[in-house]
Amino acid sequence: MNRLELFTDLLRNRTAALGLCLIAGIVAVALAGPALAPYDPLVPAPLDRLQPPSAQHLFGTDSLGRDILSRVIHGSRLSLLIGIISVTISLVPGTVLGLLAGYFGDPLDSIIMRVMDVLLAFPAVLLAIFITAILGPSLPNTMIAVGIVYIPHYARIVRSNVLSLKQQLFVQAIRHLGGSHARVILLHILPNTFAPIIVYATLGMGTAVLQAAALGFLGLGAQPPQPEWGAMLSEGRQYIQMAPHVAGFPGLAILLLVLGFNLFGDGLRDVLDPSLRSR
Amino acid sequence: MPWRYVGRRLLQLAVILFGVSVLVFLMLRLIPGDPAQLLLGEYATPAELEQLRHKLGLDRSLAVQYWVYVKSALQGDMGVSIRTGAPVFQEIAPRLIATVELSLAAMVIATLFGVGAGVVSAVRQYSVWDYLTMFLALVGVSMPIFWLGLMLIYLLSVKYPLFPMMGRLSMGLDIPVVTGLVLVDALLSFRPDVLWDGLHHLILPAFTLATIPMAVVARITRSSMLEVLDQDYVRTARAKGMDEWVVILRHGLRNAMLPVVTVLGLNLGLLLSGAVLTETIFSWPGLGRYVVDSLMGRDYAAVQGCILIFAVIMTLINLLVDLVYVVLDPRIRIHE
Repeated sequence: MNRLELFTDLLRNRTAALGLCLIAGIVAVALAGPALAPYDPLVPAPLDRLQPPSAQHLFGTDSLGRDILSRVIHGSRLSLLIGIISVTISLVPGTVLGLLAGYFGDPLDSIIMRVMDVLLAFPAVLLAIFITAILGPSLPNTMIAVGIVYIPHYARIVRSNVLSLKQQLFVQAIRHLGGSHARVILLHILPNTFAPIIVYATLGMGTAVLQAAALGFLGLGAQPPQPEWGAMLSEGRQYIQMAPHVAGFPGLAILLLVLGFNLFGDGLRDVLDPSLRSR
Repeated sequence: MPWRYVGRRLLQLAVILFGVSVLVFLMLRLIPGDPAQLLLGEYATPAELEQLRHKLGLDRSLAVQYWVYVKSALQGDMGVSIRTGAPVFQEIAPRLIATVELSLAAMVIATLFGVGAGVVSAVRQYSVWDYLTMFLALVGVSMPIFWLGLMLIYLLSVKYPLFPMMGRLSMGLDIPVVTGLVLVDALLSFRPDVLWDGLHHLILPAFTLATIPMAVVARITRSSMLEVLDQDYVRTARAKGMDEWVVILRHGLRNAMLPVVTVLGLNLGLLLSGAVLTETIFSWPGLGRYVVDSLMGRDYAAVQGCILIFAVIMTLINLLVDLVYVVLDPRIRIHE
């Protein structure tokens, strides 16, 4: 499938197209950020505290009188950044470990996969909380924590793909023709694992955004006054009885972004791997 | 039951738990901040700090500390919480039961509604209902449940006060603790008022916690059912003139349950993760909230105990899922 075919297939797939629209919308908002936001997201306006949504403040204001719409707009940059960096942190080591484990087999395989099993024995949020507590609460540390938690997932997916690729005739032929291990892995096995990795990474972006927001919500992620969606929700929690919009809008933003990645990931899977197509 | 397989899995379990215990032990020692300082405050003298460190065993080498920890843990002694002074086991047990009650309730909701929606979706494939369910399922897996919990509290506790906002029971209600599960204890002591109150408190947090697993179960039930309904034996059953719902439930659902069981088991991890957030929102006195509080208070022993218990539960459930799989489908041959 060439790139153009892939792209038209994606656009024809309703799930993927809807997901792509959502993601593109949020990316556009993130890029246009400062131009789009009606107010400064960080400057408090004590006279406008906890205003409900109105023509002046479409999403209302928070406990310091800051415009929530402007904070949500600026927060989209943080959330996209969190998604991209966290996924990269899980994807790169996960892929390398999966390639090594699958290609070279035991004893390396057993050692790597048992360590991965140990990481998988923890509930994801708990492990992320644990790592953030060690590194200290901050946005970069949140990304590292969320990244580490999902390394085993990528390692497993890549490994299982490598195991079946290794048996294929073309790989064995290259080996017999004198191709080095590095050549086989990098030029022949790795490119063939791209499809499942891309699908998983797209879905993983959504998961990473959710996890980072959860850490922010628990007070372990971005610190005030950063307009991170999870941290904004956490602040809104205190005012849920009188000003539900403070938590409402940032949460809705998280939902839309994660939904976008999930829809796009689902569609991508249907297009890239018809054998997995959900009917 | 293939006992060799069970034995091998148990051995693997031991290795994983050893790894988990080492990892947790070492990571906790990396957390910045001295627990002795934290306990005694900033005005403690160096001598007092030294004395407390000695008492807690913090002045010994890491290897010795780990050895002492493992030896006592194997004897059921998880140490003493440095915040409350009570044995960690005593602190964990009632909270674990509260988490189990919440997770079980969530699991029941997720299974009933998830499987139900998935079956109807598969039977009425490409109908409005099918599209709606699958879209809602996708929204469900994308849901920040801490947000959903807050919105439910606002709608159903504040705006329309149908459910309580927090806790397991209303103030003033008390029942003798037999199992620790409020609903079961209420039944055992014939207290319908407590049963009703407990159920009332349970619904919102359980529904919040069930959202993601419910969505996952609905999706997997649908795809599994679609595959099964295509099989020859289903066509045969229909050709025999059997009632459509009997065909769907007895021939279809029964055979479609395998992947659903796996997903249900694997979702336990999701439930435990979700419990940390749900318990925080609804002030549910469970293990999830306790572990977060302990971590913030650098209560080494408590965190170690909790995380070890979480890991044991997750690993045991995975083993159980594999075994149920073998029992459900005798064709599965386990490759030794």
